[in-house]
Amino acid sequence: MASTEEIRSSLAEIVNEIAGIPVEDVQLDKSFTDDLDVDSLSMVEVVVAAEEKFDVKIPDDEVKNLKTVGDAVAFIERAQNG
Amino acid sequence: MITASTGAQYAGILGIGSYRPRRAVPNSEILEQIDSSDEWIQTRSGIKERRWASEDETVLMMSVNAAKEAIADSGIDPAEIGCVIVATVTHLYQTPAIATRIAVEVGAPTAAAFDISAACAGFCYGVAMGNDLVRGGSAKYVLAIGVERLSDITDRTDRGTAFIFADGAGAAIVGPTDEPGIGPVVWGSDGTQHQVISQKESWQEVHGNHNWPHLTMDGNPVFRWASFEMAKAAQQALDVAGVKAEQLDLFVPHQANMRITDAMRRTLKLPEHVKIARDIERQGNTSAASIPLAITAMREAGEAKSGDLALIIGFGAGLVYAAQVIRLP
Repeated sequence: MASTEEIRSSLAEIVNEIAGIPVEDVQLDKSFTDDLDVDSLSMVEVVVAAEEKFDVKIPDDEVKNLKTVGDAVAFIERAQNG
Repeated sequence: MITASTGAQYAGILGIGSYRPRRAVPNSEILEQIDSSDEWIQTRSGIKERRWASEDETVLMMSVNAAKEAIADSGIDPAEIGCVIVATVTHLYQTPAIATRIAVEVGAPTAAAFDISAACAGFCYGVAMGNDLVRGGSAKYVLAIGVERLSDITDRTDRGTAFIFADGAGAAIVGPTDEPGIGPVVWGSDGTQHQVISQKESWQEVHGNHNWPHLTMDGNPVFRWASFEMAKAAQQALDVAGVKAEQLDLFVPHQANMRITDAMRRTLKLPEHVKIARDIERQGNTSAASIPLAITAMREAGEAKSGDLALIIGFGAGLVYAAQVIRLP
């Protein structure tokens, strides 16, 4: 099972590829919209890429709760363990 | 014993034309009625301005202009057009179809003629049917038109859609060719998502009052479907046509939103040399008309030339979609 850091690192690569944000800026305490300037459409792309990468399902209703990188990493960890 | 029809072995697009309304509407004009900003509109859609039809630029007028340009481009005699197919959702009469009047105006007064409702996939649906009609022997030439006056059914006060929709027309002549000019169509629908882009009220519901039905759209699910599911359909269209991405010259997706085009490009991993249609920046989203409008714009800009291989894909309300590889006339 992937560690928190491994998930964060992979997610950072996805965010970098889609939104051009430097990988090192994608830290657990960062807000997608306020700190990283990831808008709602880029967030859809990040979610779809994360679903494929981590083999999890992230329902549309859940996406609005994923405010920070840490929220997303925690959701992916729970989904992988569940 | 019944004699079966026999058609051409292969069909292709012989001519393309378009009509772009005269009036360019900048984002500043849209912002008079919605709480948004030029920067927000541009980052969410890539649209800097759109074309809206004036009173005289009717569905009929725009269609006839686009069709005449396509006929001239093909060099055929319009009297030999056996069928006119018009894809539109903004010919605001239930009946008769606008296709019959267009047939008269372009010089094909007795051609079979009908309208289809396939929203933003309409042009690709028309080309697919034209291909089959020519190869099946039901028509020598088919005139396929995509035309919209979406400004008529746009809610100018809806900040989610007011900046997107626009007006225009595009047309293609489909006819017999020596080599295959249109690849097999990859098409389908998903009626479980019928509500994500739709006319909000039925004509029945607005009967007797002064309200007017408008288009509504739920952006994020549409973006998700278009960016990822449609990239898969586009890839299938390449695969069934036996064309590799490296062989493509142009990628012309329905001009829905620049962000969808970019997401599809990323998912498809198209090589650098493939030129990508970005007509939405100046034209807005013209639904069924957007693909031929984009092709003619690329031709005028010197980005597209005769013989180029183009991957086209239309997708929209229904949800419906259609994709094929075509060779440009």
